[in-house]
Amino acid sequence: MALQDVCKWQVPDTQGLSPHLPEAGGWAVPRGCDPQTFLQIYGPRLAHGTTTLAFRFRHGVIAAADTRSSCGSYVACPASRKVIPVHRHLLGTTSGTSADCVTWYRVLQRELRLRELREGQLPSVAGTAKLLSTMMSRYRGLDLCVATALCGWDHSGPALFYVYSDGTCLQGDIFSVGSGSPYAYGVLDRSYHYDMTIQEAYTLARCAVAHATHRDAYSGGSVDLFHVQESGWEYVSRSDAYMLYMELQKAPGLEQEREPEPEPEPEREPEREQEQEAEVSQVRPGPATPQDAAGGGELFVEPEEVTAEDDGITVKTEMI
Amino acid sequence: MASRYDRAITVFSPDGHLFQVEYAQEAVKKGSTAVGIRGTNIVVLGVEKKSVAKLQDERTVRKICALDDHVCMAFAGLTADARVVINRARVECQSHKLTVEDPVTVEYITRFIATLKQKYTQSNGRRPFGISALIVGFDDDGIPRLYQTDPSGTYHAWKANAIGRSAKTVREFLEKNYTEEAISNDSEAIKLAIKALLEVVQSAGKNIELAIIRRDQPLKMFSAKEIELQVTEIEKEKEEAEKKKSKKST
Repeated sequence: MALQDVCKWQVPDTQGLSPHLPEAGGWAVPRGCDPQTFLQIYGPRLAHGTTTLAFRFRHGVIAAADTRSSCGSYVACPASRKVIPVHRHLLGTTSGTSADCVTWYRVLQRELRLRELREGQLPSVAGTAKLLSTMMSRYRGLDLCVATALCGWDHSGPALFYVYSDGTCLQGDIFSVGSGSPYAYGVLDRSYHYDMTIQEAYTLARCAVAHATHRDAYSGGSVDLFHVQESGWEYVSRSDAYMLYMELQKAPGLEQEREPEPEPEPEREPEREQEQEAEVSQVRPGPATPQDAAGGGELFVEPEEVTAEDDGITVKTEMI
Repeated sequence: MASRYDRAITVFSPDGHLFQVEYAQEAVKKGSTAVGIRGTNIVVLGVEKKSVAKLQDERTVRKICALDDHVCMAFAGLTADARVVINRARVECQSHKLTVEDPVTVEYITRFIATLKQKYTQSNGRRPFGISALIVGFDDDGIPRLYQTDPSGTYHAWKANAIGRSAKTVREFLEKNYTEEAISNDSEAIKLAIKALLEVVQSAGKNIELAIIRRDQPLKMFSAKEIELQVTEIEKEKEEAEKKKSKKST
């Protein structure tokens, strides 16, 4: 339709309404329109834009997200929480309609608690993803929009599932969801490997979200970072996205020697850490570490691609 | 007095009995014996096979049934009731896998069967299931388990147990002979089960059905030949033990 092209609004792919569920009522629409189409064209733009990511590695699962809730071009909340704890060993990153996400997660929390009491053991991440996707698939076609990554550590180790409100349930190692996800995927795919250290993982997650907030208008605010370990989930940090990005920009390029920078003391440790890690990760393409002259051979081959930001990762970890 | 309170099962008697449930337990005592043993790395189920008529095909009588790859059960009591319970349990095993993405634990399926049995002791117009079940298997954590359910809907974990006719005799035998060394070895655990059954079964090996589950392996039913082998070994050991005894005394 012409109006849709002008507004650049994509028609969501929906099936007919489920016969067992009540009609989406409550909207007085002009004669001749059905509520769904009307809402699509004229309805309020619900909060949709975001950048969330999650990846699993040897030491657990990392979940990170921005904190901007946007409604079209209006920032409804610059400091919202997009990573929701579901259980003591389970987190979910939420993207899509904030109201839908929060509501369904509350329902999920209740169901998991009941399951734990009945079975006497913590529910598995696979079972939780299954439960969420079956709960939501009943509402297919009713404009429910929940795109979430469930992160947890259960008897099978660190586990990560992507669940979408049409019933999709996928298992994987890296997921990024939201309008800023292409930018985050670029950074993640570059530097992810399963045997990262915890600090490398934190840096990678922060870097990916920071880059996404830089380019995507609907992502911004701060960067939340969570880590799920065997003992449960922990809230690592919240850092301002703009500050984080500026730090990454300031870092020196590859070719320079490691000069003592005018930064506070705690930064020295990550450098030393990175040196040791670089030794270990010589064979694998890891984040760039200029100190490791010997192992840096493969990285020096591509001078321009490994940009200043990568160095920044290793240096700036603790300051943020 | 009992006769006034045993018609409808939903009625308690003045002294707190549910007579229909107790009569169901009597029906179980009429069934052929089944014995279950939990070893360190193996679980064993043995049942007494009732002698079949000449023209009857033996293979259609099955008292040990797999509920899933890692769980199986034997029962004592009404065969038809057992068939219904086993079907429901098998469906539940698969439903559980579908919703929770994990195979059932032995305790879960036992609880399901016990809850099912209890429902039938509390609804009008139905009678309780006339079976007791021995449910064995290995959980994901590799620990072997043995549970017993009865018609009232209770279940307990056991190290070794017997149900059906002469269950008391067999249980006493097990209490005397179930030792740590008896179950440490897989073949010793199997022999213990056969020995326990031989106490009460007539004409030895032909009337015994045996099944084992080893950790991470599916159910294995013993053929008649294998059982014969075991029985002959047991008898040999018995003779040697008696010879030693007589030598010592003379």
